[in-house]
Amino acid sequence: MAEAAHSAHEGDTTRRDFIYIAAGSVATVGVAATIWPFIDQMNPAADTRAMSTTEVDLTAVPEGQQIKVMWQGKPVFVRHRTAVEIAAAQRDDYATLKDPQKDADRLVQENGEAGQPAWLILQASCTHLGCVPTFVEGSQFGGWFCPCHGSDYDTSGRIRRGPAPKNLAPAPYLFTGPTAIRIG
Amino acid sequence: MSGPSTYEPKSGITRWLDRRLPILRLAHDSFVAYPTPRNLNYWWTFGAMLSFCLIVQIVTGIVLAMHYVPHIDMAFASVQRLERDVPFGWLIQNIHAVGASMFFLAVYIHMFRGLYYGSYKAPRELLWILGCVIYFLMVATGFLGYTLPWGQMSFWAATVITNLIGALPLVGESIKNWLMGGFSVDQPTINRFFSLHYLLPFVIAGVVGLHVWALHEAGQNNPVGVDVKSKADTVPFTPHATIKDLFATTLFVILFAVFVFYMPDALGHADNFIPANPLQTPPEIVPEWYLLPFYAILRAFDFNIGPIDSKLAGVLAMFASIGVMFILPWLDTSRVRSMRYRPIARQFFVIFALVCLALGWCGGQNPGLVLFKVAPFSATMNWVTGGQVTERPIQATSESEWQQAADAAVAELRSQGASMTAVVREGATNGSITGVIGGTPQTRAVDGDTADLLEEHVSEVKAEVGQAAPFFSIERHSPARFTVTNFSLLLTIYYFLFFLVILPVLGLRERPERVPDTIAKPVTQGAS
Repeated sequence: MAEAAHSAHEGDTTRRDFIYIAAGSVATVGVAATIWPFIDQMNPAADTRAMSTTEVDLTAVPEGQQIKVMWQGKPVFVRHRTAVEIAAAQRDDYATLKDPQKDADRLVQENGEAGQPAWLILQASCTHLGCVPTFVEGSQFGGWFCPCHGSDYDTSGRIRRGPAPKNLAPAPYLFTGPTAIRIG
Repeated sequence: MSGPSTYEPKSGITRWLDRRLPILRLAHDSFVAYPTPRNLNYWWTFGAMLSFCLIVQIVTGIVLAMHYVPHIDMAFASVQRLERDVPFGWLIQNIHAVGASMFFLAVYIHMFRGLYYGSYKAPRELLWILGCVIYFLMVATGFLGYTLPWGQMSFWAATVITNLIGALPLVGESIKNWLMGGFSVDQPTINRFFSLHYLLPFVIAGVVGLHVWALHEAGQNNPVGVDVKSKADTVPFTPHATIKDLFATTLFVILFAVFVFYMPDALGHADNFIPANPLQTPPEIVPEWYLLPFYAILRAFDFNIGPIDSKLAGVLAMFASIGVMFILPWLDTSRVRSMRYRPIARQFFVIFALVCLALGWCGGQNPGLVLFKVAPFSATMNWVTGGQVTERPIQATSESEWQQAADAAVAELRSQGASMTAVVREGATNGSITGVIGGTPQTRAVDGDTADLLEEHVSEVKAEVGQAAPFFSIERHSPARFTVTNFSLLLTIYYFLFFLVILPVLGLRERPERVPDTIAKPVTQGAS
């Protein structure tokens, strides 16, 4: 009898402990579930995420011209290269390069498919200190020049001279039609 | 320390109030009867100035928020409108902007005071940690506030700092986007920065309450670092400390006013008067002066440390430099509080203070700036005047054999008497070689103080020689040199050595000076 009372007593405390732990767990989950919306609200909103990709109609860019589009708040060059520029870019695949990369590798689309040599999509941010380079017609390397510290890029956006350490980064893009691309 | 309350309500109203809400008793015990050590010097008056600064920032800030518009297209203009059109807006805006600098000036002196006199040691560890929390919140608030005028420096400082978070492995990018509310610093960013900039000062005020509470529980430290022994060692807070604080704060306000009225923009950066432009980076991005030492630590690493790349190393070091202050009470092993009686620690402390100032200087400089170099930048230029220029195509049989074909072409032309050759590759297997046969070889050494000057001199020589020489071979020599980055690294190492090695080891090894009898024993008879 005494033993039974003892075990009943022990059984009581175990049950009570279980209730405490269970209640504590539910409260923790409840608090976490309540806090989460207040944390998540700071993430990029739907309209911001909608702008995380940029559609570009290529028919608006004549050969030998480029446009600057905003992608995720940052500028991107969409350049329609001439045959001369393409030839120069491909010839210089074997020149002495600071950051060796072939022109064809810089045109690859987001899904790994080869791009079209006429269309070069680059992030418009100098790899030195992030200035925006300008395209200079007839410059020594035929491509972009950064006015801040004098970095010279060729017709493939590769660094050829100046303080920048790397080539202009290609922007991730995909051909969504014969004359349309989506950046991002 | 505080002892039993000595407050005695004098009138019927205060007696009525005291029975219901003893707020006057709390104020009396905290700021009138509260005993302060007799020997406090003027370094103990900065707490009062800091309270003053916090109130000034909150009051001016609330007023500014009535006119400021947290919108990327309107923020800059709204600040200009405040300066020009709002009645006394110029005054209030200047007080707020200068106030931030004055706040940090006072807090740095306050912190160095605590460091010198060992105010972080038992029983004041929590008091010190709460102070560190306040300082960290101040840094965050200052950074958020600097973003709001939406000038070039505002925008790019926000970009640089949020990009730092992106340096963290794996989670960095998501946290960065979470902070910015997008993929770049934009409208969501300025909106939330405004909200948080408004919130944090009130959080600071709350922690200041805890800081003062902890202070009044442990009692103030004093310049000798010896605990007060009896009532004779103390004086009531009012009028002694009150008047002294008031006097020091008055001097502080004069300095404050000099900045507000005569050079309100002297402490800011001129580029912040250019509206933010995501398409154009300013030539140099620097934070406000009070964060320059941390900026120097951030940029001190130009090499990777094992798996940690240089950018992440800088970020970690920068956060660690504030983090290390939190554990200071357990790093300093010395049982002597005041450095007045620690002759060796005192010298290391002076070096530490100078290192912090030097880090601040480094933070404002171009990191590539060369401080010392063993020799100028130099180059040896070789060219040939006269002679016969030959150009030949090179054709390799396959891409992998290009190098052999080129080497062979060079050897061939050399064997024919060419003194200089150059190979240009034009495709996978084809290219051309140019060489000069005969002629007179020429050599000239040029030098310059910087790499850019050297290039200028090289170009000058080329222009001078002109078309007579078809090409040059140039060997450039960069001398061993010591840049701002190297200097920052050295200073950063001392910064951490001071906390992590010097203070722990010195506390065990150093023999402190003897405390004079006049301090160790009571000399006034029966004063207690």
